[in-house]
Amino acid sequence: MSARDRILAKLNAAPVLPKAAPDIASWYATHRSSETTAEKVARFRTCIEFAHAEVYEVTHASWLQKLWEVLSAKEIGKLLVAPGTAHGQRAITELSQSGIECPGYDSPIEDWKAEMFHDIPASLTASRCAIAETGTLVLWPDADEPRLMSLVPPVHIVLLDAATIHNTFYEAMTAEKWKDGLPTNALLISGPSKTADIQVTLAYGAHGPKELVVLLIGEEA
Amino acid sequence: MSEHALNFMPSEGFRARAKDVVENPFLRQSFRGAMDFLIGKRAGQFPNPEELETLRTLGEQIRQYNLGKLPALLVQLEENLSRNGIQVHWAETPDEANAIILGICQAHSAKLMVKGKSMVSEEIELNHACEAAGIEAMESDMGEYIVQLAGEKPSHIIMPAIHKTKEEIATLFHEKVPGVDYTDNVDALIQIGRNVLREKFLVADIGLSGVNFAVAETGTLCLVENEGNGRLSTTAPPVHIAITGIEKIVEKLDHVPPLLSLLTRSATGQNISTYFNMISGPRKAGEKDGPTEVHLVLLDNGRTQAYADEQLRKTLQCIRCGACMNHCPVYTRIGGHAYGTTYPGPIGKIISPHMLGLEATATMATASTLCGACGEVCPVKIPIPDLLMRLREESFSAPHENPSMRGQGAGYSRLMTAVWQGWAAVYRSPSLYGVVTWLGSRFGWLMPSRQGPWTSVRVPLKPAPKRLRDMLRERG
Amino acid sequence: MTQAQTPPPRPSDVYFFATCVVDQFFPGAGMDAITLLERQGIRVHFPEEQTCCGQPAYTSGFPDEARKVAAHQLTLFPENWPVVVPSGSCAGMMKHHYPTLFAADPVRKAQAEALSVRIYELTDFLVNVLNYQPEDKGAECTVVLHTSCSARREMGVHLTGRKLLGDLAKVKVAQQDHESECCGFGGTFSIKQPEISGAMVEDKVKSLKATGAERVVSADCGCLMNILGHAAWKDKQAGLKNPSLPGEHIASFLLRRTAK
Repeated sequence: MSARDRILAKLNAAPVLPKAAPDIASWYATHRSSETTAEKVARFRTCIEFAHAEVYEVTHASWLQKLWEVLSAKEIGKLLVAPGTAHGQRAITELSQSGIECPGYDSPIEDWKAEMFHDIPASLTASRCAIAETGTLVLWPDADEPRLMSLVPPVHIVLLDAATIHNTFYEAMTAEKWKDGLPTNALLISGPSKTADIQVTLAYGAHGPKELVVLLIGEEA
Repeated sequence: MSEHALNFMPSEGFRARAKDVVENPFLRQSFRGAMDFLIGKRAGQFPNPEELETLRTLGEQIRQYNLGKLPALLVQLEENLSRNGIQVHWAETPDEANAIILGICQAHSAKLMVKGKSMVSEEIELNHACEAAGIEAMESDMGEYIVQLAGEKPSHIIMPAIHKTKEEIATLFHEKVPGVDYTDNVDALIQIGRNVLREKFLVADIGLSGVNFAVAETGTLCLVENEGNGRLSTTAPPVHIAITGIEKIVEKLDHVPPLLSLLTRSATGQNISTYFNMISGPRKAGEKDGPTEVHLVLLDNGRTQAYADEQLRKTLQCIRCGACMNHCPVYTRIGGHAYGTTYPGPIGKIISPHMLGLEATATMATASTLCGACGEVCPVKIPIPDLLMRLREESFSAPHENPSMRGQGAGYSRLMTAVWQGWAAVYRSPSLYGVVTWLGSRFGWLMPSRQGPWTSVRVPLKPAPKRLRDMLRERG
Repeated sequence: MTQAQTPPPRPSDVYFFATCVVDQFFPGAGMDAITLLERQGIRVHFPEEQTCCGQPAYTSGFPDEARKVAAHQLTLFPENWPVVVPSGSCAGMMKHHYPTLFAADPVRKAQAEALSVRIYELTDFLVNVLNYQPEDKGAECTVVLHTSCSARREMGVHLTGRKLLGDLAKVKVAQQDHESECCGFGGTFSIKQPEISGAMVEDKVKSLKATGAERVVSADCGCLMNILGHAAWKDKQAGLKNPSLPGEHIASFLLRRTAK
């Protein structure tokens, strides 16, 4: 018998009475309220700012201007973008004119891993949706916008559409039917990287981005 | 079983190790301060007692439901992980798990493994096994990195280096990391760690991680962390190996949100961790990063023993938040190292006997006042005090056939059993009780002034000259 | 918490289960608790055959021995009267652990369950059944209250002692740090792990003394034995004649404050 068979045999031999399935939906129905978009935006902001992220409310028309301002203020001249996405293309087209270099993540990491780790000060990605309750961005990396973009560069800038903010994590995954198809790596991000491992003192930028910037796209003014 | 595991006898020297810490006012103060901080953070996350109570009940139900169908869920998990391209391995013992992991490393001619935080990898002493095989295993969680650099083991499952001050870490970095000047600025220390470890992530052959929840229906491995080292370990190297105990499984994806909320709020008092990482496969065709191979090692190591017994099975409900140790007055006094086991504190006391046998862990269950603080905060309502009493019984009862646990009867002593039998004979019989307590009240002045350990810090006990029943009789 | 939410009607009779610690070491506390109940017009019955709830053996890992002792107590309370216990710890044993202890014995299990609903910790009984409102007749003083872990976490009666003291007009109740933390007694724990137990009681006594309260009161004599035993030991080490932290059972304190 293999280890697998022995483990399963031992578990199957245990006298176990099946337990009723937990009623998760009703707990959320009674303990979490459904808020308007404006309320969700406010809650999301409060939570993620508490976790040291920067949030700027922008529009579809204005986010590139704000992005440029943020990069200028941080004296960042180079931004990693996803050329296969619409926002990546807009960044390449418009920021390059303003003197910001916009390299694209367009070849496998093996071809340029050292450059990614040493020479990329910032990146821009989209988020799929967000969670108001915890101030959380949901990222769904894919072939166009790969996983390391939101992890290795010291500054990570994220576009978020206010209309996609859910009340809770539970609502996000059930409303969007995540169980029917998860990507290779789905991510919840709720602030810049941090640690309290030295004398319970909080420090940012442990391994991931030191700074997280959210460009929150709302209704056109 | 490997040699170091055989020599792993935490019961031996427990009292001496505890005494060392208890008599060190500096350590006492530092543990107390850290635990008070974590207790306060958790309390701030649960302002509403009704929400807390119903959420804990839900957490308990989720864990019990999933344990109730564990073997079927493991098979389902294996099917779905395999369908997603994740290779599943099963290990009954730490040695088997180490052999599987080293086998994967050797197939890739690996020289460097970076490790995200994984208590199961501590449980199997993977770093030892890697070292013996000539593979460098580098811890990347800041706390784990500090502890590894110091040649120590974690003293807390969430805060591995909680026993160290920033000054000690400053000295450690200055001495062990080339080219680093002494600084006790915490931000600067973290940047030193970040810079050292970034270079390791860049070149590592293998990334190793633990698992917080494995979702059977989707074939997904979930990891909770704040630093990003878990994400780096599972994304940057070409091969990712995850290791987990067989109990960390949930059937449905929607079982995760309540457990995640309970976990981070109970552990560090955060409403959510910085990262929640859900991995459902290796790099797909066309994707530009992520490991090309992902493995999951499912470890038994005594968990099936706990599973076989209805009461002991509750041990496996644990989601490893560490709140029980943060709230434990014993842990607060002695810290994690005194326990001598991978998992310290109340959860360590109830899970270690299944991993190491009661023969090696019998003392641990006695090191509790059964105050109930652990059970009160447990996010999945593990009745830790009841389990401690059960382990005491398993240890002290005379060895018998078909025991529920390895090492049953290890603490059996004829003398102690006779003492309790004598006690029961007196206290079940009103007449004997009457005689014995009458003698006690009349001759209480004869009680010795030294009463063993009791009088090491207390005045001796003396029965009152008249018992309550005597006073009542006199009153009429 | 675990107590019935609607108070039962005021009984004319109760049983008093003193506990072995009170019977042998704190008989005055038992007398005072009985007097306090009698002053409320309750007839108090003390079954002479009572000994111990069985908890020492139970928590030490000897359930068979505990069961023998507990089985004896099961037979002592035939009338359907409340059983009042001046200890959260022993009350918790009888209320919550007896039914488990006799799980394999249907007859005794039924007895244990029937008894369980009649078990009351003293302060809970005074507040929630008798609605006792003590009238303070003493001088101004400051006390500090220590509540046992069983009273707090098993019985959920940690607020009733505080309520009773709060009702005393001239008594100020000081607040110690780490109030809900265990004193370190834990029965046989105190002799099996004397170093840890000693550290815990040391910290507890420091916290209690730091409040400046002139005495500690508690509804559990096990904790008092530990706390006062350490405080007296410290005094002896320091050569003090008068106790720096006197203490007593809450029943004794209440009785003295309300005596005419």
